[in-house]
Amino acid sequence: MCGIVGLYLKNPALRPHLGRLFSPMMDEMTERGPDSAGFAVYREQPGREQAKVTVCSIAPGYDWSGLAGEASRELGCEAAAEPASNHAVLCASVDAGRLRDWVEAGHPELSVTSSGTSLEIYKDVGLPADVLDRFGVAQMAGSHMIGHTRMATESAVTTEGAHPFNTGDDLCLVHNGSLSNHHRLRDWLRDRHGVRFQTENDTEVAAGYLTWRIGEGASIAEALEAGIRDLDGFYTFAVGTRDGFSVLRDPIACKPAVMAENDDWVAMASEFRALACLPDVEAASVWEPEPGKVYSWGGSA
Amino acid sequence: MTPETIDLDAAGVRALNRRLQGRDGPVAGGRFLVTNAKGRHALAVGLTESMDVRIRGHVGYYCAGMNREADVTVEGNAGTGVAENLMSGTVRVTGDTSQSAGASGRGGLLVIEGSASARCGITMKGIDIVVGGSIGHMSAFMAQAGRLVVCGDAGAYLGDSIYEAEIFVRGGVESLGADCVEKDMDERAADELQALLERAGVAADASGFRRYGSARQLYNFRVDNAAAY
Repeated sequence: MCGIVGLYLKNPALRPHLGRLFSPMMDEMTERGPDSAGFAVYREQPGREQAKVTVCSIAPGYDWSGLAGEASRELGCEAAAEPASNHAVLCASVDAGRLRDWVEAGHPELSVTSSGTSLEIYKDVGLPADVLDRFGVAQMAGSHMIGHTRMATESAVTTEGAHPFNTGDDLCLVHNGSLSNHHRLRDWLRDRHGVRFQTENDTEVAAGYLTWRIGEGASIAEALEAGIRDLDGFYTFAVGTRDGFSVLRDPIACKPAVMAENDDWVAMASEFRALACLPDVEAASVWEPEPGKVYSWGGSA
Repeated sequence: MTPETIDLDAAGVRALNRRLQGRDGPVAGGRFLVTNAKGRHALAVGLTESMDVRIRGHVGYYCAGMNREADVTVEGNAGTGVAENLMSGTVRVTGDTSQSAGASGRGGLLVIEGSASARCGITMKGIDIVVGGSIGHMSAFMAQAGRLVVCGDAGAYLGDSIYEAEIFVRGGVESLGADCVEKDMDERAADELQALLERAGVAADASGFRRYGSARQLYNFRVDNAAAY
């Protein structure tokens, strides 16, 4: 079991309230996943087309401003770090891939949870309510968020094993279910296509698969369509891109999902009770996504 | 008679079920209005007496499961396993239902005014299920007894490994499961179907439906297949 939630705001006027709308959705999914929780938030900073890399330090009291200073010196650019609990968002005026490579090469004590220009990913072990508090989610603004509450089945309960997973710029994936061909697929993606993985987690393989497909020129919807054939197992996926949001259930559809949409927002969750807190949800269109059908919203969908 | 209102935000699920199961006082013949369902699970389950229960809003998993005698209406959608193992009485859902609606039901009537997703009527054992819309894949899997009536379309593998349940579909069937075949709509079946549609409050003519059931080829081991074991 696990719980997943996603909220994509169609009405820009709601963006300052994204975190406040999202927090109770994720909290409601605690019974489906009390081990650990994580979420992705997409927030563009107008006029700041900077690279953003979210990094996590297991050891407390990390010197984040020191890290930013070092990045600035070594990469020859402006850089700043915004700490949030045991994570920080490192922003720099370079390519996101270069910034990620720099952190991974020089700072093995840190783990990179996301890279891109809009995406930030935060995750930690513990009850969802505690994780939401720790990162101040209720105060967050942005365009869309995706979250996951985890009851681990395929790998250990660790910060790294928590969802969402990000393998390519601004792409993230959360997953309820389990994949059965992830070992071979991971090897194939790593050895033949140079996709990098940080964990033994099955979901990270699905994220890496989508990154590879998109790198080959597919849209997120096309990449998911291809995934129906190539990913074997049980899954409901929620996927975020810089300006889009997608949902897919496997054709057997054992794993639950409910969607709701009105003029202001579109939301998905493992169960309706996680959507019950959204404004005007009783008047929204509410439906169960069909098996093997890709649902997408937003620009690059 | 004004219904007794139970607000789930204030009372909670356990108090609701305790009340409806008659553990806080007599309930027979009573009318109840349940508000603020908000997708909560296991609402109005294990009822054993005749009563009328209306639930406002979408409900979560296993609503109205295991009930006898009671009439329960959900004004909204229902999650997984609505009316699971229903014994008697009725359950009506005005919206759609998730998977496994009416699973293993032994009696009574489940009416889904919208559509049902996968595995509707899975292993049903005597319940009647009437669906105003369509149903998803693997519906009526291993269905033993009772009737599944679908005014729209049926998804893939309908009635796989079916025993003696009857299935009626007005629209298309994506595919039939193992040992499920179309059967003649004889006069008895048509009359019984028409009566069931009327009981469900669905305005439809039995003559527009096709009937499906078991070919009974899986009932006994066939020695021709011995090599497969």
